[in-house]
Amino acid sequence: MSDHASTYVPKSAFAKWFESRLPIAGLVHSSFVAFPVPRNLTYFWTFGAILIFMLGAQILTGIWLAMHYVPEATKAFDSVEHIMRDVNYGWLLRYLHANGASMFFIAVYIHMFRGLYYGSYKAPREVLWILGVIIFLLMMATAFMGYVLPWGQMSFWGATVITNLFSAIPIVGDVIVSLLWGGYSVGNPTLNRFFALHYLLPFMIAGVVVLHVWALHVTGQNNPTGVPIKSAKDAVPFTPYATIKDVFATICFLIFFAWFIFYVPNYLGHADNYIPANPAVTPAHIVPEWYFLPFYAILRAVPDKLGGVIAMGAAVVILAFLPWLDTSRVRSANYRPLYRQFFWVFVIVCVLLGWLGSKPPEGGYVIASRVCTIWYFVHFLVILPVLGLFETPRPLPSSILETVLRGKKGGAGMPAGAAAAPSTKG
Amino acid sequence: MIATGAAGVVGLGAVVWPFVAAMAPDQQTIAAGAPVEVDLGPIAEGQLVKVFWRGKLIFVRHRTSSEIKSAEDVNIASLPDPQPDSARVKAGHTPWLVVYGNCTHLGCVPLANEGAYKGWACPCHGSIFDTSGRIRQGPAPTNLPIPPYTFVSDTKIRIGEETKVAPAAANA
Repeated sequence: MSDHASTYVPKSAFAKWFESRLPIAGLVHSSFVAFPVPRNLTYFWTFGAILIFMLGAQILTGIWLAMHYVPEATKAFDSVEHIMRDVNYGWLLRYLHANGASMFFIAVYIHMFRGLYYGSYKAPREVLWILGVIIFLLMMATAFMGYVLPWGQMSFWGATVITNLFSAIPIVGDVIVSLLWGGYSVGNPTLNRFFALHYLLPFMIAGVVVLHVWALHVTGQNNPTGVPIKSAKDAVPFTPYATIKDVFATICFLIFFAWFIFYVPNYLGHADNYIPANPAVTPAHIVPEWYFLPFYAILRAVPDKLGGVIAMGAAVVILAFLPWLDTSRVRSANYRPLYRQFFWVFVIVCVLLGWLGSKPPEGGYVIASRVCTIWYFVHFLVILPVLGLFETPRPLPSSILETVLRGKKGGAGMPAGAAAAPSTKG
Repeated sequence: MIATGAAGVVGLGAVVWPFVAAMAPDQQTIAAGAPVEVDLGPIAEGQLVKVFWRGKLIFVRHRTSSEIKSAEDVNIASLPDPQPDSARVKAGHTPWLVVYGNCTHLGCVPLANEGAYKGWACPCHGSIFDTSGRIRQGPAPTNLPIPPYTFVSDTKIRIGEETKVAPAAANA
């Protein structure tokens, strides 16, 4: 699977001439045309393509917005309103970009939970998984800095709270915060550098995405059984099967996206961010965007400043260690009766943390946040290591083909042509 | 070999330094951080005034006698960040509490006269401060810090300078 010795045959004289100088057509052919894809993939495997599409869409709308946006503290808020009112289709570009960030995170969370359920992080895909965690961290940084740019109340106070997280670091914390701010508080220099970084980071994400896809094409894709491709009959060629499926899934996702843009463009935002930044007043309920809420709940659950910051950071970083924390050798939760239940408990805990992050930090909410935070870490540090030692997995199918053929009796649809001659298209 | 390596490290440091230094507060920002004067005359008892110094919010609170009493009648040892009220105001000016207006947790602005001690309550993460600006409950690690300031006269303070100002500087 890893060899890129291409089956691509240049047809025209020009293609032959070009291929012998830069074999890029052969690379594309072996990666996205002839590449063998497990024939049992579900629509959960289309979110990678959706995410690449969303990254491209965010970069495109972002560059257009940057043509009108002014990264200066006294003009930023007005320039965003200028985009909304005066720029041709400015409202569309901004709503695409703002809601696009939310869609990006919806897709990435589905993509990540897919990986958790089917054990996609296990050998030999550890590096692939860690690159994904790095992309996730870069996404969080990019989304946070982008949210600061409109310079509304939530922008300003979000920037204040998040940059102050670094002040919890002993000794060097205050110096780091001052270097982030470029001043004694969040102000114009902060806005300026956040704009520069917000423009830079998506291209860094694009670079890591290339590595992520490269690593994927070395190990090949996981699949709902977790059993690797053993023969040509287990696979179908990427084109047309995965290509068409990815395009169809992306279009369905875009319909969902469009519904937000055209019907509830501000549903995922906060009304407070339509009030210009005011350093003298904090909004009554300061909450981050929905996609940060579970981590925000973990931050607030710990009754200690440094402890809260460490817990929040650890909640993300712990994902990178997942390949070694999960001791089970069976990948897919479909064959792990106990892990499957703990997986769903974990999903519920994450959703609960998200809900708790949106609530005021008092009374029962704090207690519930603490219980959920403890469970979050127990899941990774206790349940996953121990489960692999005690759980008896169900028998694995001997091949992907076997599950597909068995599934057919149950009515699961598979492309008939693929089953008949999977390798002829390549 | 070692000399080349050492020269390389020095050269690399010389290149990295300007980039890091350019992230620090610039000269204009530093210049704009000169001391500010606040006239206490119009601030009535029980009133709180918000002023800015170096872009940072500062509360100037004219405390009532009951607020002062509740700040003084505290078992110091029981506080998370033990400090007597006398250490948080200038001698002879006990009604005047001057503190930074950003919560020591993550920098939100606490709401005055709220919380169990009627000092401040932070809406972000639930820290509660008393009428001396001391942390009593919640995640904030320390009391609200006190900016450097000096009483120029009984009704005027200068924020940004700790020592007694020279007459010439006071008129500047």
